[in-house]
Amino acid sequence: MKPLTLPRTFFKLALLLAFTALGVPLLAAPRTVPDTIAQRVVACTVCHGEEGRATNAGYFPRIAGKPAGYLYNQLRNFRDGRRTNAAMTHLVDHLSDAYLREMADYFASQDLPYPPPQTANAPAAVLQQAQTLVLQGDAQRNIPACTQCHGNAMTGQLPAYPGLLGLPRDYVVGQLGAWQTGKRHAAAPDCMGQIAKRLTADEISAMATWLSSQPLPAQTHAVAAGTTPPPMDCGSGPR
Amino acid sequence: MMTKFPSSASPSSTPKTRKWLRFALALLALCTALAALVAWLNVRGEADIHNSANAPFTATPQQIALGAYLARAGNCAACHTARGGADYAGGLGIATPFGTVYSSNLTPDAQTGLGQWTPAAFWRAMHHGRSADGRLLVPAFPYTSYTQVSRADSDALFAYLRSIPAVVQTNQPHALAFPYSSQAALAVWRALFFRAAEFVPEPAQSAQWNRGAYLVRGLGHCAACHAKRNVLGASSGAQALQGGVIPMQQWYAPSLASAREASVADWDVQEVVALLKSGKSTHASAIGPMAEVVYRSTQYLSDADLQAMAVFLKHLPQQPQTPRTAKAPEASQFNTGQKIYGQQCSQCHGEQGEGARGAYPALAGNRVVTMDSPANLVQIVLHGGFTPATADNPRPYGMPPFQQTLDGTQIAAVLSYIRHAWGHAASPVSALEVLQNQ
Repeated sequence: MKPLTLPRTFFKLALLLAFTALGVPLLAAPRTVPDTIAQRVVACTVCHGEEGRATNAGYFPRIAGKPAGYLYNQLRNFRDGRRTNAAMTHLVDHLSDAYLREMADYFASQDLPYPPPQTANAPAAVLQQAQTLVLQGDAQRNIPACTQCHGNAMTGQLPAYPGLLGLPRDYVVGQLGAWQTGKRHAAAPDCMGQIAKRLTADEISAMATWLSSQPLPAQTHAVAAGTTPPPMDCGSGPR
Repeated sequence: MMTKFPSSASPSSTPKTRKWLRFALALLALCTALAALVAWLNVRGEADIHNSANAPFTATPQQIALGAYLARAGNCAACHTARGGADYAGGLGIATPFGTVYSSNLTPDAQTGLGQWTPAAFWRAMHHGRSADGRLLVPAFPYTSYTQVSRADSDALFAYLRSIPAVVQTNQPHALAFPYSSQAALAVWRALFFRAAEFVPEPAQSAQWNRGAYLVRGLGHCAACHAKRNVLGASSGAQALQGGVIPMQQWYAPSLASAREASVADWDVQEVVALLKSGKSTHASAIGPMAEVVYRSTQYLSDADLQAMAVFLKHLPQQPQTPRTAKAPEASQFNTGQKIYGQQCSQCHGEQGEGARGAYPALAGNRVVTMDSPANLVQIVLHGGFTPATADNPRPYGMPPFQQTLDGTQIAAVLSYIRHAWGHAASPVSALEVLQNQ
């Protein structure tokens, strides 16, 4: 009956408003979150920063905008024991190649501005020592220049060489040290492992200082595959 | 003068000495009898494996296919494949309270694997826990469960393992502390805690229940985690599956027979099947050690077998629910926890712990949140994780690790909050408990 329906609706509405005003939940039904890869990888952003852009204040490396091939290789390396980081291994332990590839593609596609370089006022002598190694290598000791694989501006080279700029100094030291001591491996032949073993601790420290002092160039993207001929046969390089 | 020899009345044979001698002899006899009993208990019922040593090994394609399936059901690869290593080549170090045990090479390599084994020797390892060379196997290899596996299934598993690529990889000796490293200690352990016993169907139960019991108690070796272990590492009450702390992992495998923990007595069979197949159901999701079980093992099992396991688990005798008296958290801890929850947790799990459909579990009414042991909550908050990527749930949502963001006091506060909010009445968690569970 129409005359009765209207007051009932008003009554229900009033009740609803009263409950809402009091902050009493009427029903805690499950919510809905976006069915997206961004939502799925929220787990990564607590350490690597929102959208993977990591502040460069601490240890965690930026993953946003790194070549997808590089990120995918690292996720598999953690899962399959070629890299050791308990937190990372735990997270990717039960994930498939296809899903890791999707995560890598997502973070690789993030095109975000970089923060200013972390290291400032490093001693000139240290910077000079490192710059020579980074840009020219040391032919006598069979150490190629970083730029030969990682791109002239060291923004990375597709498909799987990462950019070396915009990383925390401690992280760079940690990785070169891990390669040197056999804690980090890349797919065989592991050329970074071979190169790191030819470096001294002082050189590693100086290079990390230099790399973390450099501002990003205007063009921050990884250069196309095959831009520079590889100096070594690398498992992560063109095969 | 002649030397005087001791007479029969010399001190060496006084009545007192004779008493001691008798006692020593009795003790020796007792020890010998006990040693004989231990030895007998260790070889009882074993068939001679050398009878078939010269028989050529043959396997049918059906046996190999069945064996591949059973290897999934037994999750053999979880231990016998090292991280990043060749399939079934062993070498994975498994930490135990008694030292590190290294899994063995199950590939058909003649020198370092099972290439020279026979089906009879493999059966003896599965059923009696004795290696082909006669050594007693350490019970980290769960032959206390696998002893229930039928000879036909054991032969199929062997057929499969003989069909996979041979890998040359020498077994690494276990690094166990003395006396656990000795065969004698193992023999005593086995005499105390192990009897070879083939699965005997219970005629009063359905064929489906019996199939489930066979899988859960046998290859599934669910009791390896879901039952308590005594100080010598033996599962007590393995059949009851009343929960236990997983050695060395700080995870608690909840009781499958307690409505407060992980009983499925009130679940639909299909909900249990969904959890084991996809890693999540409307009631629960698999994370931590159970995620590995789903990822490597149960997701590959047939619906019929998963249904059978579900039926068996649904009918486990249930533990009586004694009333609990849990104190409420201190107001300051509760308020701190509530604040942290609002900052770090509510975006995904909801202000009211209601969760997000298909993505994040509800915390309100969640048994992981309210069960007595906070061990798993601590692990989940510290380490985060994804439910396993399975065919039915290939792109799971993840939980971040908070070990970098929250300290022990903060984790204790947020856990105490969720254990008391939304009508929950579980005991609060202290920073010390968080530390103990790290």
